[in-house]
Amino acid sequence: MSLKRIDLLICCGSGCVSAGALKIKERFHEVLAEHNIANEVNIIETGCMGPCDYGPVMVIYPEGIFYKKVTVDDVAEIVAEHFVKGRPVSRLMLQDEEKTIAAKKDVPFYQKQVKVALENCGYINPESLDEYIATGGYEALGTVLTEMKPQDVINVIKDSGLRGRGGGGFPTHIKWQMVHDNKSDEKYIICNGDEGDPGAFMDRSLLEGDPHRVLEGMMIAAYAMGATNGFFYIRAEYPLAIKRIKMAIQQAKEVGLMGKDVFGSGFCFDAEVRTGAGAFVCGEEMALIHSIEGQRGNPTPKPPYPAVQGLWGKPTVVNNVETLGNISTIFRKGAQWFASMGTEKSKGTKVFALTGDIKNTGLVEVPMGITLRELIFDVGGGMIGDHKFKAVQLGGPSGGCLTVDHLDTGVDYESLKERGAMMGSGGVIVMNDDKCMVNVAKFFMDFCVEESCGKCSPCRIGLKQMLEILERITSGYGREGDIEELQRLGESISKLSLCGLGQTAPNPVLSTIRYFRDEYEAHIRDKSCSNKVCLDLMHFNIDKDRCIGCSLCARKCPVTCITGSREEKYTINQVDCVKCGNCFDVCPVKAIDKVPGIHPAVAANREALKKAAHNHED
Amino acid sequence: MKTLADLKKIREKAQEDMKLRGGNVRIKIVVGMGTSGIAMGAREVMKTFLEEIAARNLTDVMVTQTGEKGLSSMEPVVDLIEEGKPKVTYGNMNPDKVKKVVVEHIVNGRVVSDYVVATGN
Repeated sequence: MSLKRIDLLICCGSGCVSAGALKIKERFHEVLAEHNIANEVNIIETGCMGPCDYGPVMVIYPEGIFYKKVTVDDVAEIVAEHFVKGRPVSRLMLQDEEKTIAAKKDVPFYQKQVKVALENCGYINPESLDEYIATGGYEALGTVLTEMKPQDVINVIKDSGLRGRGGGGFPTHIKWQMVHDNKSDEKYIICNGDEGDPGAFMDRSLLEGDPHRVLEGMMIAAYAMGATNGFFYIRAEYPLAIKRIKMAIQQAKEVGLMGKDVFGSGFCFDAEVRTGAGAFVCGEEMALIHSIEGQRGNPTPKPPYPAVQGLWGKPTVVNNVETLGNISTIFRKGAQWFASMGTEKSKGTKVFALTGDIKNTGLVEVPMGITLRELIFDVGGGMIGDHKFKAVQLGGPSGGCLTVDHLDTGVDYESLKERGAMMGSGGVIVMNDDKCMVNVAKFFMDFCVEESCGKCSPCRIGLKQMLEILERITSGYGREGDIEELQRLGESISKLSLCGLGQTAPNPVLSTIRYFRDEYEAHIRDKSCSNKVCLDLMHFNIDKDRCIGCSLCARKCPVTCITGSREEKYTINQVDCVKCGNCFDVCPVKAIDKVPGIHPAVAANREALKKAAHNHED
Repeated sequence: MKTLADLKKIREKAQEDMKLRGGNVRIKIVVGMGTSGIAMGAREVMKTFLEEIAARNLTDVMVTQTGEKGLSSMEPVVDLIEEGKPKVTYGNMNPDKVKKVVVEHIVNGRVVSDYVVATGN
């Protein structure tokens, strides 16, 4: 007999867990026991609810009350006031311009979102098969297996206009059709969960928050193309996602939703999880396939495409996690419904991981074609503090930067590509006017050089060359012609590289040159970083009028390059300064400024060293 | 599980367990749980509602609580809110009265006018 009257949904996505969600959950168990009402409250761990910045977050039903930034100490109050007396704790609700927002549905962050793949994420317990079924789960699989022919299934996906959500946007139905048409004794379906872009966490959240949805999508795909075995390739850095998907497979097998003769249709399917060791290149489908085979994760030339000769030489489809996450809903709600969202060529919705200098960082799902402005300012809540929006990096290290001029661009595959960015897997890094674009490009290039597998020389050698030029520019040794050289290298590498990693790696550099060429020029010609990010192209200066001579900076300086006295005030010996910033941080009267450009003393010293080296060579 | 009908059975059972998260609710019972309500036994009243509903397997009834309602002299106070009908407020409730309200009002649809202290909003 159930006496439950409250469903307490605690977000246990990785963000909230690291903010302490599990401790809060334990505390709830204790406090509910103290009040003797443990039997009246269901405590449910859900996947990511999205607004990670507010974490730990929770939603309490039946009222649908949304609490943010909950701490262990708040638990006693929530139980005593809300659960026992029915008075929700307004202190923990979202405050929006003097208005308290109680219900989750009214939170502005959710207003422009449309949840398809994330429908259940943050709403159901991801470890419960029953809760997934309650939301209509496995109904699509049942209908597909008992009422539809494989070709009909592919036609539905074709009508829906679904395209791969992993980045490239290749139409999903074409992949399926190719494998369907290839006769083979064995075919494979692989779910690509090797999400490696810095700042991206869409796939992880979906696998953690609604694993059965991805599994169901995989099985429908398998039926459509005639595969009987599937692999989830998930990076080892995602232990919770791996645990949840393994659990989902186990549960599905136990009740007969997977295995032999599913729904009495004769369809047999088995799936297993393979963990990747965290190499970025293994997100590339050929490298991924080799990794599953037990070989080194290197790409190989295409064709032959995986659809012809994939895993162990058999026809194989590799679909992204989010792509598979859309499948079951397309069958439950219809291809027309799905195709009614989005733009002409990009249908449906897209999940994005919003990060960077915006207020509402987190996981969002919006219709395709929404403008960047809506995504960043309405859903994302705009910039933190008084900062201005400067640029947004879409598609991680493979994508490009867009600027304030592109804010009204619709987010779809073609529009972004035209402007030098790409959809990518959905990482959105928003940057404010404090960022140095040359430094940003260097960061992504550094990442790609690290992650290049080394198989083809344009990527292995070319990217390294680009990085060295960028390092030269940011350390004050930039030369005329460096920008052109970066462009020449970038374009050749894009054309000549074997796989997507090398082909797209120059994008961040090329797009920042395209839109922020003046910053590159200032770095090269004036040896100055106007945002004072590149340490070699800025210096610290103590303003003697403001300095009170307290000596704190001198005492905290690790290289003792600050000298002076109470009377004379303090000065930095610029040649010895390592730009650690300690003095800037500790100064009690904020008398220390960051100044763009190389200090004349340092520049003179560099000249002298250069001359000495030159003389030595002679 | 071999057929879609089997799946449907599991789904119905699971939906019942998730009804608090906004499924199909016909009647909402709101128990006033302010200080005076609790002092007058609102917890017992709410518990009896929960027990009766569970015992009768009423899947479309939801119990929730609210704060002080202002009718302190008539505590415990309970609202019954039914879609499309005026709100009915019962006062001076106790477990025995709750049982009667469940049978008469919730199951048979007849308002127990003896206990009613207010109707409408």
